[in-house]
Amino acid sequence: MKKFILDFEVVENRRLHDLYSLLILSPIGHDLPDIRPGQFVQVAVDNSKTTFLRRPISVNYVDKSDNMLWLLVRKAGDGTSALLQKSPGDTVNLVLPLGNYFKLPANCGKFLLAGGGVGVAPMLYWGKVLRENGFNPEFLLGARSAKDILELEEFEKIGPVHISTEDGSLGEKGLVTLNSALEQTWDMIYCCGPAPMMKAVANVAKKIGTECEVSLENMMACGLGACLCCVENTVKGNVCVCTEGPIFNTRELTW
Amino acid sequence: MVNLNVNIANLQLKNPVLTASGTFGYGEEFSDFIDLNRLGGFIVKGTTLNHREGNPYPRMAETPSGMLNAVGLQNKGVDYFIDNIYPRIKHLDTHVIVNVSGATIDDYVAVCEKLAPLDKINAIEVNISCPNVKQGGMAFGTTCSGAAEVTKAVRRAFPKTLIVKLSPNVTSIADIAKAVEAEGADSVSLINTLLGMAIDVERRRPYLSTVTGGLSGPAVRPVAVRMVWQTAHAVNIPVIGLGGIMNGRDALEFMMAGASAVEVGTANFIDPAITVKIIDEITEYCERHGISDINEIVGII
Repeated sequence: MKKFILDFEVVENRRLHDLYSLLILSPIGHDLPDIRPGQFVQVAVDNSKTTFLRRPISVNYVDKSDNMLWLLVRKAGDGTSALLQKSPGDTVNLVLPLGNYFKLPANCGKFLLAGGGVGVAPMLYWGKVLRENGFNPEFLLGARSAKDILELEEFEKIGPVHISTEDGSLGEKGLVTLNSALEQTWDMIYCCGPAPMMKAVANVAKKIGTECEVSLENMMACGLGACLCCVENTVKGNVCVCTEGPIFNTRELTW
Repeated sequence: MVNLNVNIANLQLKNPVLTASGTFGYGEEFSDFIDLNRLGGFIVKGTTLNHREGNPYPRMAETPSGMLNAVGLQNKGVDYFIDNIYPRIKHLDTHVIVNVSGATIDDYVAVCEKLAPLDKINAIEVNISCPNVKQGGMAFGTTCSGAAEVTKAVRRAFPKTLIVKLSPNVTSIADIAKAVEAEGADSVSLINTLLGMAIDVERRRPYLSTVTGGLSGPAVRPVAVRMVWQTAHAVNIPVIGLGGIMNGRDALEFMMAGASAVEVGTANFIDPAITVKIIDEITEYCERHGISDINEIVGII
């Protein structure tokens, strides 16, 4: 897929929470390039003195008809804090689309899309694409507390949503791995979230004999497969998460 | 019309802008963003005799105006390069320079002997300055005798343009440069990364799996410019300057300090099209200052 360096206008900065913003962006003077679910973009941060490198951010949602790209940004450090400060009309420069993507299943079946925290981001677009292609995905969203369950109304438009919160303020109480949804049988579980959560979900998937694909977010510099910084140890040795991933079948990983 | 042609010994470059090894993959990674043929040349990832897995993750930490890396020369080995990558890039109308690394002198020689017959490879850059591997690399580049020994051996194995990449982690880089010049190096490139370290105080552990790593980016530029200036005054062979070049002005700084050509490194990570912008900015500068030949400004300081 051809990659681009494009300026985008911030159309909206929807503050979801102290820690999260949904940035809705539109490319300036250009159509939105083809972007597949699971891919990411590299965002230049021009309003932080301490930020040098771009920040890799998952594609949350793509609306080709509106020419809009959604990025769900979690405040993690100075770079992402600066992105949370962006106002409508501001410009951000992106390199996109990057990485591999979720592939449509060959047969119909039951598909669970699990997201933890900001890891829910890629699952919205993936759910939309599955739905548009005749599949009926279900979601499993996990977070500390009800307020940390992001974009719930968007997920509910696409399919059934199972929820776990650690404090029990919404859905089932406890970690996502204990959610009763994981007692059902699935043809595939897709998962994105903090590494311990993905490892735990991968373990459950293994136990119930289900294939599992995870989206990794290793620290990266270039996002293009040049710097070799974001490597994950796999059965094929060290590979770049930015080009061979971010999506990996857990069979390929050495977890 | 500004003449941007520069020569590195017998190697004629259409302009002085090269890319630094390890920051530009094999060129292909950047072909969506720029016309690779516009470059003076590009230097591919450090290549060793055998496949290397490199160091464990994490290998990178962002630091003020720069970054630390500890990749550790991950590459698939010279045979893989020759069989699989070289055929895809040999048609390009720009120089492809291979960065060569090794743990032993014999390794360096073996890689050079395999590269020498390749028509498209008119130059190699010998890396005696990698800070991220236990054996070889910087171990050779931090003493005059070690640097001379590697240069002498590869000089016999590679008849075309031989560039030796120097480590800044030494007391006198000019002395190392003189030592490799005496053994027949055609050019020296400097600087490789500066050995550095960063600690995550919340987790109370180093950011890098290897604890220490190589610092690059604009944070190192003044050190690099100073070393290029000192080296250019100490040797008679052309010097290639690198270290934190982010724009045309930075490139010109190195050239005025004595570099005949420059390598753009870390900047490629932030703007994958930066190299051609730098070429355009150098041209624009020359036009603005009435410079008809870029060589006029090399070493004016």
